[in-house]
Amino acid sequence: MSSRFFNWFNNRYKIDTLLYFSREKKVPVHRGTIWYYFGGISLFLFGLQVLTGLLLLFYYRVGPDASFESIKFIITRVRFGWFLRSMHTWSANLMVLTVIVHLFSVFFHRSYRLPRELTWLTGVVMLFMVMAFGFSGYLLPWNELSFFATKVGTDSVRAFPIVGDFLLKLMRGGSDVTGVTLSRFFGLHIAVLPLLFTMILALHLFFVQMQGMSEPMKKQTSTAPRRTIPFFPDFALRDLLVWLVVFDFLIALSVFFPWELGTKADPFASAPAGIKPEWYFLFVFQALKMLPAHIGPFEGELVGLTFLGIGGLALVLVPFLDRAAAKNLRNRWFDLAGALALGFFAIFTVLGYILD
Amino acid sequence: MTNQQPDQHTRRKFLAAILSGSFIAVAGAIIYPIFRFLTPPPQETEIVASANLGKSADFPPNTGKIFRFGNRPGIIIRGSDSKFRAFFATCTHLDCIVQYDAKAESIWCACHNGRYDLNGLNIAGPPPRPLTPLKVNILPDSDEVIITMTEGKEV
Repeated sequence: MSSRFFNWFNNRYKIDTLLYFSREKKVPVHRGTIWYYFGGISLFLFGLQVLTGLLLLFYYRVGPDASFESIKFIITRVRFGWFLRSMHTWSANLMVLTVIVHLFSVFFHRSYRLPRELTWLTGVVMLFMVMAFGFSGYLLPWNELSFFATKVGTDSVRAFPIVGDFLLKLMRGGSDVTGVTLSRFFGLHIAVLPLLFTMILALHLFFVQMQGMSEPMKKQTSTAPRRTIPFFPDFALRDLLVWLVVFDFLIALSVFFPWELGTKADPFASAPAGIKPEWYFLFVFQALKMLPAHIGPFEGELVGLTFLGIGGLALVLVPFLDRAAAKNLRNRWFDLAGALALGFFAIFTVLGYILD
Repeated sequence: MTNQQPDQHTRRKFLAAILSGSFIAVAGAIIYPIFRFLTPPPQETEIVASANLGKSADFPPNTGKIFRFGNRPGIIIRGSDSKFRAFFATCTHLDCIVQYDAKAESIWCACHNGRYDLNGLNIAGPPPRPLTPLKVNILPDSDEVIITMTEGKEV
């Protein structure tokens, strides 16, 4: 029966070429093989985001008088509501983490080098989108923390000369963070970003399939025979096992540390003491806090954001800046820059936690 | 291909220019309305001349309170000297809402640890400018606290 089914399809759509492809696809085995898993884990977590997000949509309502109440309803009244909401938030946080690990492993392995520049580029764009996902999703419960985080996050664009005010209004849908902002963020979070992200993700995965897995530079130049394992079923099964472990870990997190809802946002209340953004924005937050009001003739804000912008641009351009990597050479300055970036991120994140 | 007639060549070029030109025009006709749509229309700001906060006796010394001034938050502070002061409560750093810190007798923003003195002057942390002051009037007969705009300051 199954073979008849298969033949029916195959006669029309030639799906055996796909099977042939997956059988031929090889994954190199070496010391760094473990890092290959992080892209896959991120993909799995994105799938979880889509599934739990779609489910939450059945109850979530948008608006300053509805959002907080609807999530309260979800986590207190809807069966498994608390669980799905926690899964959504926890897996989002974990996804940011695995994406960052994936980024740095690719960076230090120089896997972005010729011919994989565009794989890197699409990856960095997705990293920015993941942060936009986090930022927009954070506001949706309409609680005190998210309200002020959104005020601060959107207000910081005002530091940009000329277009700053316009950008602020575009993001907020007015000059203040209101229900209009909530609607905009909701639309971004559940429609615009998922659509764009899925398209870029497809491109990213397509590039990876076209070019195969990148190997470390040393392997590429050595003449020793290479060890590989077939992608299907060997590596795919390992992937699946790792996903299962991650899934269990998430379930444990959601059950034992369910995400809090906090207190409802009040646009006419002082920002609460000890307010902090999500951990992946903590380094920016801490840096902004430490910057003095003025650096020379400029506002401290502008200087900080300019540096951040330059950093972001450099990240996008890494494969084109690192000319040595294309020739299979290691430019140690890039290792140093990567280590510094990682160090800055780690230290300021920790500082953001321990200082108040 | 290399032996193309010159007139054919220019005709092809001309058609290509027309085609790409109309493509840009169509793209512009699509993008412009979207861009305008996303730009929020000018808001009707509530023009507020004053806010009545009730009896002055309801404000103990060394306390602060957030109030609505139109659609913007304001903060009124009664110092330990019993003197009233009021400002727009929006921190000049990144738009958070400030609060009165009774212990330090100053105005504090929880978001990035910015601090202002009781005259609204930015004295510590990242705020780049002083708070915008409001005027406190106490009606002599009814003892009501009325907040108004400071003269010469715009909303």
